[in-house]
Amino acid sequence: MAQEYKLILKHADEPGYTPDIECYLRHGGYDTLKKALAIQPKALADGKTQSPQEFIRQEVLTSGLRGRGGAGFSCGLKWSFVDRKSGKPIYLICNADESEPGTFKDRQIIHKDPHQLIEGMIVSCFANDVKLAYIYIRGEMPEGAKILNAALKEARAKNFLGKNILGSGFDCEIHVHRGAGAYICGEETGLIESLEGKRPYPRIKPPYFPAVLGLWMCPTIVNNVETLCNVKHIVAMGGSEFAKLGTPNNTGTRIVSLSGHVKRPGYYEIEVGKATLRELLFDKNFGGGLRDGRQLKAIIPGGSSSKVLKAGEKFKLKKKDAEGKEILVETDMLDLPYDFDSLAQAGTMSGSSAIIVMDDTVDIVEALANLSEFYAHESCGQCTPCREGSLWMNKTLQRLTHGQGRAADADYLGKIADNIPGGRTICAFGEACSWPVQSFLAKFKDDFVAKGKADEERRAKEASEPKKLEAAHH
Amino acid sequence: MSTAATTETKPAAPAIEKIKVKIDGREIEVPRLTADWSGKLTPTTMIQACELAKTDVPHYCWHPKLPVVGNCRMCLVEFGTPALGPDRKPVINPDGSFKIAKSPRPAIACATPIAPNMEIYTKTPAVKQMREGVLESLLINHPLDCPICDQAGECKLQEYSVDYGQAESRFAEAKVHKPKAVDLGPRIVLDAERCILCTRCIRFTRDIAGDDALGIINRGSYNTIATFPGMPFDNNYTLNTVDVCPVGALTSKDFRFQMRAWFLKETKSVCTSCATGCNVLIGSREEKIYRYTPRDNDAVNASWMCDAGRLNYKWISRADRLKDVLVRGQKSTWTAALNELSDNLKKAPAGSVAIIASARQTNEELWLISKLKTKLGAVSDSIARVGDADKLLVSADKNPNTNGARLTGICFTEMGVNLQKIADGIEAGKIKTLIVFGENIAKHGVAKSKLRDKETVGEVVTEHTLTPELLAKLDTLVVSDIHANETTKLAHFVLPGAAHAEKRGTFTSGKGRVQKFMKAVEAPGDAKAEWEFLHDLVHNVTGQNGFVTIEGLFNQMAKEVPAFNGLTWQALGDTGVTVQI
Repeated sequence: MAQEYKLILKHADEPGYTPDIECYLRHGGYDTLKKALAIQPKALADGKTQSPQEFIRQEVLTSGLRGRGGAGFSCGLKWSFVDRKSGKPIYLICNADESEPGTFKDRQIIHKDPHQLIEGMIVSCFANDVKLAYIYIRGEMPEGAKILNAALKEARAKNFLGKNILGSGFDCEIHVHRGAGAYICGEETGLIESLEGKRPYPRIKPPYFPAVLGLWMCPTIVNNVETLCNVKHIVAMGGSEFAKLGTPNNTGTRIVSLSGHVKRPGYYEIEVGKATLRELLFDKNFGGGLRDGRQLKAIIPGGSSSKVLKAGEKFKLKKKDAEGKEILVETDMLDLPYDFDSLAQAGTMSGSSAIIVMDDTVDIVEALANLSEFYAHESCGQCTPCREGSLWMNKTLQRLTHGQGRAADADYLGKIADNIPGGRTICAFGEACSWPVQSFLAKFKDDFVAKGKADEERRAKEASEPKKLEAAHH
Repeated sequence: MSTAATTETKPAAPAIEKIKVKIDGREIEVPRLTADWSGKLTPTTMIQACELAKTDVPHYCWHPKLPVVGNCRMCLVEFGTPALGPDRKPVINPDGSFKIAKSPRPAIACATPIAPNMEIYTKTPAVKQMREGVLESLLINHPLDCPICDQAGECKLQEYSVDYGQAESRFAEAKVHKPKAVDLGPRIVLDAERCILCTRCIRFTRDIAGDDALGIINRGSYNTIATFPGMPFDNNYTLNTVDVCPVGALTSKDFRFQMRAWFLKETKSVCTSCATGCNVLIGSREEKIYRYTPRDNDAVNASWMCDAGRLNYKWISRADRLKDVLVRGQKSTWTAALNELSDNLKKAPAGSVAIIASARQTNEELWLISKLKTKLGAVSDSIARVGDADKLLVSADKNPNTNGARLTGICFTEMGVNLQKIADGIEAGKIKTLIVFGENIAKHGVAKSKLRDKETVGEVVTEHTLTPELLAKLDTLVVSDIHANETTKLAHFVLPGAAHAEKRGTFTSGKGRVQKFMKAVEAPGDAKAEWEFLHDLVHNVTGQNGFVTIEGLFNQMAKEVPAFNGLTWQALGDTGVTVQI
């Protein structure tokens, strides 16, 4: 039976564990930072010397750590893109703008174990020669910002932050910056604009790749909260040890946010790929099953932007047979291992590892209308396809859910959605707002057609009924 | 002889490496670097390469003189780059060409740099579909009010609708409603529903005019251009936002609802409000001017002009225009007046004539006047106009042709130093005839004793001592002007002149740019371009001939005036030539 594997949340939920630094230190806190600062330059076989910073970066690359924010991009590779020769300062930003509907993992860390994030950040800053870092925290998390500021103060007092950290000669400062309440600030270049005090319009890439032209046009690393915590564990345990957690190419652990129609919604940390969707939904260690008497209808597997999975859907998954040969295995959606690659093979993504479960009581059109309303509200409006398309889709869906549908609306909606994704927009919001629509339509088209048809029939009937005679005179 | 005229103001830049790209299957060599909006050399983008290949890439937000933002998505194209083999070297096809790996995602041509041997596809079905998608998105919430929109006829939404639009909309929802007829500032009105949020106006005023006055409020489809609360959009360059606005969102209070754009005749001209010499287009219909718009000239005004210059055209059609030739207050004819005047001048003893020309006259006119001056042994000068300059386009010198007056010998480098000499000559009875062109000297004449009290600082027109009382001492006062004024009232001969928009000619700008302008409208009544009657006068007085056409006149001047040596009317082109000043 699949089990939770607590790496990041090892202590957070222990009884009596508090977010203050004394508690963190009692649990071995900041030992990894000390370890990192003590790493010595190493002579390599080719006669070159590997600096401690290069060593840590190599460890992160070896660990196979993939970004926990949503895209699942290799953290080590992301760090390798940083322009280290520009002569400009390098910045690190912790993306704590956790806003993807269904996702509530980063706030667990921030609220319960803020020093773990801070330690992960200082180690990451050390590894990347960063002297100034920011935590960009979602505006709707004021409590988290307070906790982080208090924790930073504690860390400064103990010289884990500031000048000449622990006598190492390394200076580093971290500031908390609160967003003002916009989903788009989670997009890294939108976040950077916002941090610069501007409207969070995502930047065009090229030329504004953060690794080269990021914050204040300087090289910048933007990593998710959970990703930065993982860096701490990679340095503590070694990259190759970390890589043993999880499954190949899907290493480490992930905190899964499970919500919707399960008995035990909540967050669960698992080794990546070591639990299937079925286990996450039905095992007593996790979701504990659907509510009694209900059937599964659909799962949104990786935050609201990911493409929906329909109950009973089958996928051909690449697997290796006993002889190591690659074979295709028909796999039910519930038997998909919860990792990056399997979900990608199923045409969706594990995104921010937020699973939204929908049972048979869900009106699928209503569900999509709800999502679509969110995206129409959150589109920044910078580029045309997303600005106009997100609201258009929402208006159509609101019409469909308010008795004004047409049978043809399913196709109509699909055509609107098709005009948005695929690199037509500046940022991935275009995909985020159109993928749910495309996938709901692809998998539940009958629900949409039926709803529109019912509306048409009702309206036709109303029109054909003899109207009550209005009083001619009052 | 002076240094030869040059067409460039900057020294030649070092040669830029060229790279090969293929655009829609056609190979073209383009420079690896191209000047960006600020003039800095940056990697050439796809849209710049396509421009060089004369391949049209539709766009809204991209403007060559503004920072690139890539928000409209109209310029999306498909592209490919040479495929790399396992050895990281390009794979070569059997025919020797590069094997191209087509990108699975499109790119915006405005912001994507070209790479060697890149292939750009602007005509594929996918590209067409993307353009159609963008255009549809832009139109769903647009009011489609072309019949009452000032932009109609010069609107990018209309233009691209021809290629990528649909005859019928499939939009079945209610449109977004936004503020209309918003008073953004003293000269600008915004219709937020027509706006496509390309941010050209925001970028212009922030990055070019240096006034971060405009921004976007709200979110998503409700986004709206706005000013800060209580802060009107009011700098001297606001009307350029109307020009850069690709749709009818920003309109000029001066021009809106005045005339359909397609009825306007566009005449290439030059602004006369200061020495900068911004290139303009005069939009006129049936002898009436409706607007000035800036005309591109990277050596002078890029694509911009100031609001003050742009709106400075109404004087041309003012009711008090001089329309008649007057001799001693009586209506006369050009022939009679010029004959009498010529006879007078021919008889005038050397040194008894003085000339005050205007630095608002053309090079040709000033040159003809200088011929009279030489023949008559006259002392001459002109009147300076001084005001405030700014960092962008406005010059402190408010005369459009100060350099023309200098180069033709009408005045010294310091304009106005001879005015006192002229006043003294009149006072002493030595100067009996004064010829004045386009300067209302009586208005700005101040008694010599009081001149010091009212120094010229801050005054637009420099004051001098040629008071009306002094002018009354003259035997003959000849005044050519455009409007009736204090000086024309005192004149024995009034010769009605023409505004620049009513004639052809050239000005020499503050930086030595010799620029020609064309005739947009007819002068009223008997009013006549000064060079035309000056030509007759010069012929009568000096016996010289041969300047009956503006081209011939200019070319003759170019031979005789050292600074203009080597120039020809034709070679000036539309954007002029810079000479050594």
